[in-house]
Amino acid sequence: MNIHEYQTKELIKSYGVPVPDGRVAHNVDNAVTVAEGLGGDRWMVKAQIHAGGRGKGGGVKIASSLDEVRQFTDQMIGSQLVTPQTGAEGRMVQRVLVEQACDINKEYYLGMIIDRGTQRITVIASESGGMNIEEVAKTHPEKVIREAVDPGVGLMEFQCRKIAANIGLRGKQIHEASKLMRALYKCFREKDALLAEINPLAELNGGSLMALDAKMSFDGNAMYRRPAITELRDFDEEDPKEVEATSHGLNYIALDGNVGCIVNGAGLAMATMDSISFHKGKPANFLDVGGGASPEKVGNAFRIVLQDPNVKIILVNIFAGINRCDWIAEGLIKAMREQQIEVPIVVRLAGTNVEKGMAMLEESGLNFIMAENLDDAATRVMATLQGQAS
Amino acid sequence: MSVFVHQSSRVIIQGFTGQHATFHAEESMANGTTVVGGVTPGKGGQTHLDRPVFDTVSQAVRETGADVSGIFVPPPFAADAIMEALEAGIGVVVVIADGVPVQDMVRVKRYARDRNAIIIGPNTPGIITPAACKVGIMPSHIYTPGRIGVVSRSGTLNYEAVQQMTALGMGQSTSVGIGGDPVNGTDFVTVLRAFEEDPDTDAVIMIGEIGGPQEVDAAHWAQENMSKPVVGFVAGVSAPPGRRMGHAGAIISGQADTANAKMDMMEELGVHVVRNPALIGETAHRVFS
Repeated sequence: MNIHEYQTKELIKSYGVPVPDGRVAHNVDNAVTVAEGLGGDRWMVKAQIHAGGRGKGGGVKIASSLDEVRQFTDQMIGSQLVTPQTGAEGRMVQRVLVEQACDINKEYYLGMIIDRGTQRITVIASESGGMNIEEVAKTHPEKVIREAVDPGVGLMEFQCRKIAANIGLRGKQIHEASKLMRALYKCFREKDALLAEINPLAELNGGSLMALDAKMSFDGNAMYRRPAITELRDFDEEDPKEVEATSHGLNYIALDGNVGCIVNGAGLAMATMDSISFHKGKPANFLDVGGGASPEKVGNAFRIVLQDPNVKIILVNIFAGINRCDWIAEGLIKAMREQQIEVPIVVRLAGTNVEKGMAMLEESGLNFIMAENLDDAATRVMATLQGQAS
Repeated sequence: MSVFVHQSSRVIIQGFTGQHATFHAEESMANGTTVVGGVTPGKGGQTHLDRPVFDTVSQAVRETGADVSGIFVPPPFAADAIMEALEAGIGVVVVIADGVPVQDMVRVKRYARDRNAIIIGPNTPGIITPAACKVGIMPSHIYTPGRIGVVSRSGTLNYEAVQQMTALGMGQSTSVGIGGDPVNGTDFVTVLRAFEEDPDTDAVIMIGEIGGPQEVDAAHWAQENMSKPVVGFVAGVSAPPGRRMGHAGAIISGQADTANAKMDMMEELGVHVVRNPALIGETAHRVFS
């Protein structure tokens, strides 16, 4: 689960990470009032969406007057901001963060993540922060410091000092950075984060350190014990189809092909998509109905997949372990009868109660295209699509 | 023999009296698994499925000599249950729960260090040595005894591969689901090592997924240490790059953990890579015979 920059900054500030003075604004007047309240003569106006690369899309501006604060806010709020990470349609901006602008000497990078390699929370830091950090990591891997944290003792001060010294911080900056890292780590631990990132971590004129931009994302599986974080969730930032799917216990991700997929298990769902791709087809979605798929769940899966107008055919691939093929068949028959489905449906069933499920589909008199195995299923999908085209 | 769970394994179930645990314990017992009892705190002294129920794992171990535990408690309680099993001296702990907080698993792995136990999962269908011992939720009937080891991250893709094997007359020595979570109890290397040492395993099928370095690490290990052939597949070639937050993920992975990048590396390191998931069984049959 992701949150906005302004929310992240409020959160890490409460742990003692220095951030610029600023506040979120929901309209133009509000933004000007915030800027006036902050004082000074230059302000940052930053569009708040859950996607990176905002600067490249015109979502981060420096205003040198209150008029400019007004102008930039007016341009941003209500617009579709397109960045390298939003896709072509962009993302609607509903609020901006107005902050005091600061003069900076140098930009560092500081991140924390649960590393699948070390299986631990790992601190990543670099002397070369800013927008090109991934490029730096590729071309100059020696400029990226990694330090894994022993969960038995937490992030120790000596580790922080080591990281700070290795990215070129000096004098009292080392202690300042150490305090900042430990504050961020404490927040990471206490809020069940999966990622925390300060980029850039800026060295201001005068040498002190400040988090100019900050991102955090959190472990959805742990949100039951983090109600304060759960409240920060912004559904406007999520695909409504995915939100609806989640509410039905389905895991759905929209893609850009035309073969709708309904599968049980994430691994088999991916393998099914891979198999379609192997036969030169293009999956329209990833959909995992999960274990214990009731007929209702199957019906909901069809509804969600068919909301995508690009879907020309649906492949249902179920390998029932704790699922049961007869439940799936019941759901399929109901969906076909109730939802007036016009696209062809290829079905592959295997596992628990497969004979019963297959018999139900046959006896229904409905037009299912039955497949014997995974390869046969993908082959039939492609043959049917080609038959439609010709 | 077989790996991790055997004919002689003495199994307890944590969360024994719950609905799912009951269903799967019965199914395991019907397929030859020696379930010696279970643990449900507060229900100690009762009998369930003709087996004793204990309040704590250490009581269960003391009274029954259990050496394997199947954990069927909900995700929020899984970490505590795993540590309880480890503390009681259980050698193989199987965690079915899907949705265990990842930082809980980070702490579990620290706790498990130096305890010389195997943790299978979480987010796994479990482990099965066909006709001898099953701890998990997989459909027993698709597995047959044989001489090929199977190890996978995904549950249903494990079933898929096993069915393809069965259709060609190949059985399994043991099938291990290591689970799909980013921090999991046992990695591919640990399972490959066990299969290499097992006299009743001739070859291994390894099924991975997009993300993380474990498959390639395993291929490196196999190249240096394994005499037995390995067939490998990595799911997720057609998975989208995903809307990611920040740069840390890309920096830490070095962008080498896409499915294709991993399969290319595995191939280079001597693994027999299958690119079409529908041909896992067929490839194994060709390579192993």
